[in-house]
Amino acid sequence: MVREVVVVVTNLLAINATNSTPFFKAFFVLLITVNSILMSAVAGTLPVDSVDILYHRFDGGGMEIDGPFILVRKSIGTQVSVNGHYYIDSVSAASIDVVANASEYTEERTEVSAGVDFLHEKTMISTGYTNSEENDFVANSVFLSIGQDFFGDLTKLTMGYARGWDEVGKIESDFSEDVDRQIYKLGVSQVLTKNALMGLDIETISDEGYLNNPYRSYRYFDPADSTKFLTSVEVYPETRTSTAVAVRGLYYLPYRASIKGEYRYFSDSWGIDAHTYEVLYVHPFGRQWTLEGRVRHYSQSSADFYSDIFTHEGANDFLARDKELSTLTGMTYGGGVTYEIGQGVIPHVNKLKLTLLVDYLKYEYDDFRDVTAGGGLLPAGTEPLYEFDAWVTRASITFEY
Amino acid sequence: MKTHLIIGLLLLSLVVMSGCSGIKPWVKPYERNNLADPIMSLDRHGAAGSYIHHVYQAREGARGAEGGAGGGCGCN
Repeated sequence: MVREVVVVVTNLLAINATNSTPFFKAFFVLLITVNSILMSAVAGTLPVDSVDILYHRFDGGGMEIDGPFILVRKSIGTQVSVNGHYYIDSVSAASIDVVANASEYTEERTEVSAGVDFLHEKTMISTGYTNSEENDFVANSVFLSIGQDFFGDLTKLTMGYARGWDEVGKIESDFSEDVDRQIYKLGVSQVLTKNALMGLDIETISDEGYLNNPYRSYRYFDPADSTKFLTSVEVYPETRTSTAVAVRGLYYLPYRASIKGEYRYFSDSWGIDAHTYEVLYVHPFGRQWTLEGRVRHYSQSSADFYSDIFTHEGANDFLARDKELSTLTGMTYGGGVTYEIGQGVIPHVNKLKLTLLVDYLKYEYDDFRDVTAGGGLLPAGTEPLYEFDAWVTRASITFEY
Repeated sequence: MKTHLIIGLLLLSLVVMSGCSGIKPWVKPYERNNLADPIMSLDRHGAAGSYIHHVYQAREGARGAEGGAGGGCGCN
């Protein structure tokens, strides 16, 4: 088997050198081949039949977003499981971007999906379709993934490919632009000891098309008065490719509790580098109650074409002032409680799970200034740096049947 | 840099896979009680877990490799 894999690698490297095939695509083809080689030593199981009803709420930075998220899974026979979800974001927006560029608004985003998991012998193949719509944006995507366990079921390998098509519009105008997206995923989880396991995930995403937010603008010094600024429509590159690599470790402590550590590195063709660290501690009390606490730290550098204020109009080929592209740091402190009722208490329900998760988020920006500070009268470029905090609440009830 | 990283991961995956023929699984099925505990799942919260990734993606430049699947005992 190793010899076959080496031959495939050699062939792919030759293809890469002669035809300029992107290496990651070649890598993906290789893994599909390896996957088929390993077909004979796999294990898997269908997802549990369940109904998951979530209420979510985000409140902070001038944004209030809430709504339901319903996920249903149902098996058909022993080999097929179907699933679907329905998700709504009801948005009331008065964030700094909105206040600085437009009027406050409310809108609703609706997302629906349908998917199938197919278990063949011991290999899981999953596919699905998702549609997301709001009054000025439509997104459609499809995905295919293959997962299998091998090596005595200590190793799980998952590969996925997704394709997305977005339509970017602008309310009260005929503006319409397209974005095409391709996503490649690879995941491996490995049991290390009887108390420890780890996971490795790699994901590459490439976008092509209109990648701006059509409502946002960049600012530049007013040539007539350098204490003031003027604005103009942002100009983004029409392509973006990003790669994220994440390593996770999960350890069962000497008493009944677990601790999870996670690190993710991100880099993209716009010059953004980001690091994410997260630690999660989970502590059950008896059979029914589980408490958890987590801390997450996120930091990123700015995009090459980002600036809080440009020297003059059209200063560069690309110009952006989206705060998501600036140098920023984010902290999350979260806690949660889960209560479970087991089989026999409710007819036809194997397990009922109630979960409440509350997170406090704080974002601080190193080069994005609050233009609304001081009533908007401060000299351009001297405004205080922006920051905001938010509460995220998730309350869910899950039935397994 | 990115290509080197991918080549490194490729070689690592080959080492892991080549181990199938020589090295035996070192955690026996009867030793997986702790791994089977629900607290050892890499994604315990389903829809709620998906939602928080969405919250971060909308406010940060980074995206992808949020993970989710995996964990547990490999008992199935």
